[in-house]
Amino acid sequence: MANDMNKQESKDSTMVEVCGLTKQFGDLVVLKGIDTTIQKGEVVAVIGPSGSGKSTLLRCLNYLEKPSSGHILFCGSPLGQILRKGQWCPLPEKDLDRQRSKIGMVFQRFNLFPHKTVLENVTLAPMRVLGVNPKVIKSKAEELLSRVGLYEKRSEYPSRLSGGQQQRVAIARALAMEPALMLFDEATSALDPELVGEVLAVMRSLAEGGMTMVVVTHEMDFAKEVASRVLFMDQGQILEDSPPQKLFTSPSHPRSEEFLRKILRR
Amino acid sequence: MEQQLGFWQFSTEIVLPRLWEGLGLTIEITVLSGLFGVGLGLIIALGRISRSKFLAWPALVYVTLFRGTPLLLQILFVYFALPSLLDIRLDALPAGILALSLNAAAYLTEIFRAAIQSIDRGQMEAGRALGMSYNQGMRYIVLPQTVRRLIPPVVNELAALAKDSSLVSVIALSEMLFITQRLGAKYLRPWEVYAWAALGYLAVVLVLTGLASLLEKRLAARE
Repeated sequence: MANDMNKQESKDSTMVEVCGLTKQFGDLVVLKGIDTTIQKGEVVAVIGPSGSGKSTLLRCLNYLEKPSSGHILFCGSPLGQILRKGQWCPLPEKDLDRQRSKIGMVFQRFNLFPHKTVLENVTLAPMRVLGVNPKVIKSKAEELLSRVGLYEKRSEYPSRLSGGQQQRVAIARALAMEPALMLFDEATSALDPELVGEVLAVMRSLAEGGMTMVVVTHEMDFAKEVASRVLFMDQGQILEDSPPQKLFTSPSHPRSEEFLRKILRR
Repeated sequence: MEQQLGFWQFSTEIVLPRLWEGLGLTIEITVLSGLFGVGLGLIIALGRISRSKFLAWPALVYVTLFRGTPLLLQILFVYFALPSLLDIRLDALPAGILALSLNAAAYLTEIFRAAIQSIDRGQMEAGRALGMSYNQGMRYIVLPQTVRRLIPPVVNELAALAKDSSLVSVIALSEMLFITQRLGAKYLRPWEVYAWAALGYLAVVLVLTGLASLLEKRLAARE
């Protein structure tokens, strides 16, 4: 079976499979055995109190954080690992980079490149990583920027944009790599309240377009309306995995109930 | 008799023409050592921050060694001790430039390291998340962002280098200070020659800092 895991073309609709994933920072155990599966086209919202391990789980999903143990299958291939003679070995960096290029990530603090214009932010990786022709990628980047409503800002530097605009550029930047999966790490948490809506709107249209998404969020309305599944995490574990209608109306775990009560009463 | 020459005549006819030649050599030594030092310093800095112990450790040893011993000793070592140690004989000029480059590289290493580490970690992460390799992230994302904040400390180091280049006078390189000493001894008019030499070094440093602030302003205007 292990050999099949190395290169098994996923005929089924599974995008990500997480098996027994743990993560430890020194003595601190942040993830205590995560098992879950994400299907193509699913929008999975991850909620939970701070320190519950949501962001760490997300960062493991593209190997920005290396798991302490366990495996992640992405499109049927083990992420960041390879099986050699029955032994799990770290995947060569080059191959990991290739896997990562198929997984888009949007950060809480945008992390746009301040020394590049908006357009250059979007074109840099496709040009350097995929070797796309500059002319081709420029017109594609302009199209993506129009999609997030920022075509007019293409020649500006990020410092001239509002937080909401920066985050929309960051989404366009990730989409330019044509990822199969998009990860959102509290993408709206650093924004002024009046700017949250414009970013959520872009995420919503992305979800409607069929993109597979994992969204760590505190925006319960977004989770309720857009997510196909909601994971409730606490203390490094997934305590509940339900469709939003169920989780938000009749949570099955006492801790998720308590969390939702606290958060929704505000 | 030259003793009778007035201050201006002595200065313009005897001191300045000779110092002018020395200034040329001082500038040559400074520019070349600066270039080599910057290149080497950048490479060692990348080793210093590398996760690989095989790169990080030698880099640390290098910096410790060259910052922990006197530059004058390093110059003498390269010129006098290397020949007997490695059986290579360097002329005074390459020996002087080599010693100054190696020394400057150690200080520049720490300057580069600090600048690279001052860039928000999220920048490299964003690059990696887009599928870029560590090297691509360094080259296209992190290093370009360090340039502006590097200018003041690097210029500071280059100014120090310009002044330290006077130390190669001990291996008989006829740069400014060497010539000054010779003139002072020959004409027994030390204060004039040393004062002119001081102005010479000051001029080099002022030109350097002037260029730097110009460059800084132009870069600032671009962002």
